[in-house]
Amino acid sequence: MNNQLSQPITILMAEDDPDDRLLVEEAFEESRLANDLYFVKDGIELLNYLRRQGKYISPETAPFPDLILLDLNMPRMDGREALEEIKADPRLKRIPVVVLTTSQAEEDILRSYDIGASGFVSKPVSFEGLVEVIKALSIYWVQIVKLPTQTDVLEINPSL
Amino acid sequence: MKRDKRTITILMADDDPDDRFLVQEAFVESRLSNPLAFVKDGQELLDYLCCRDQYSQPGLAPRPGLILLDLNMPRKDGREALEEIKADPELRRIPVVVLTTSEAEEDILCTYDLGVAGFITKPVSFNGLVEVIQSVTRYWFEIVELPTGW
Repeated sequence: MNNQLSQPITILMAEDDPDDRLLVEEAFEESRLANDLYFVKDGIELLNYLRRQGKYISPETAPFPDLILLDLNMPRMDGREALEEIKADPRLKRIPVVVLTTSQAEEDILRSYDIGASGFVSKPVSFEGLVEVIKALSIYWVQIVKLPTQTDVLEINPSL
Repeated sequence: MKRDKRTITILMADDDPDDRFLVQEAFVESRLSNPLAFVKDGQELLDYLCCRDQYSQPGLAPRPGLILLDLNMPRKDGREALEEIKADPELRRIPVVVLTTSEAEEDILCTYDLGVAGFITKPVSFNGLVEVIQSVTRYWFEIVELPTGW
């Protein structure tokens, strides 16, 4: 089907737990599906990154993501609030967001899809399980679907 | 508590009977037994989802866990139907994946802006279509959690 080599995509992960960040990084390596992975540790950093504010001013060190992996329970601003802001922002709402959380609460699932998440994944307990998730996510978002060409916020608003 | 995801209905909106048939065949080839429901344009799609007109009898339109949406359809096209679905407080939570012959960047941008959860250009080969169906069902039925009811 996909005869051309899929280009790696830029994935931005918002996750406050450093162990979980490391595990996901390792799961991507284990899956051997090339992707450029960047991290932020709470909702505030996530929005700063996307809006090119604060330390995220440079597109070289903070490239605009094709996909966001979003933890829900984070300090300062949690994933629920960040998701709402992203999906309410015309410059950001077209970025697919996949929730990746320990929560299995029905209300979190429902609310995430209501706000516009493109998937809700309960973090697997095993590393093997996490690798399976990362593989399936990568195949779907990199090889199967077409992603929108992300217009950098600075391109829309050069005065920023 | 894992629900039986093999019973999730997949609703496909496509005006081309050959494409509908091919997708059905791709499901058979993938040995997936999910109930497949078909509508042939955007108007029928909304009628199905809102349980009205020919779908007003209870049981005729089981709520889908996933919608596969063609874009170019008569009467009401996929873009318009998508807009209506995502504006509806009850329907917006159902994941919609576009499955279309279009590769146009404007269609990709427009549908993601409206809230689509994937944009797939129909593969030219049957094997390609089987691969698509397998990846789509793996992602939506095995990897992610779906909202209430599923």
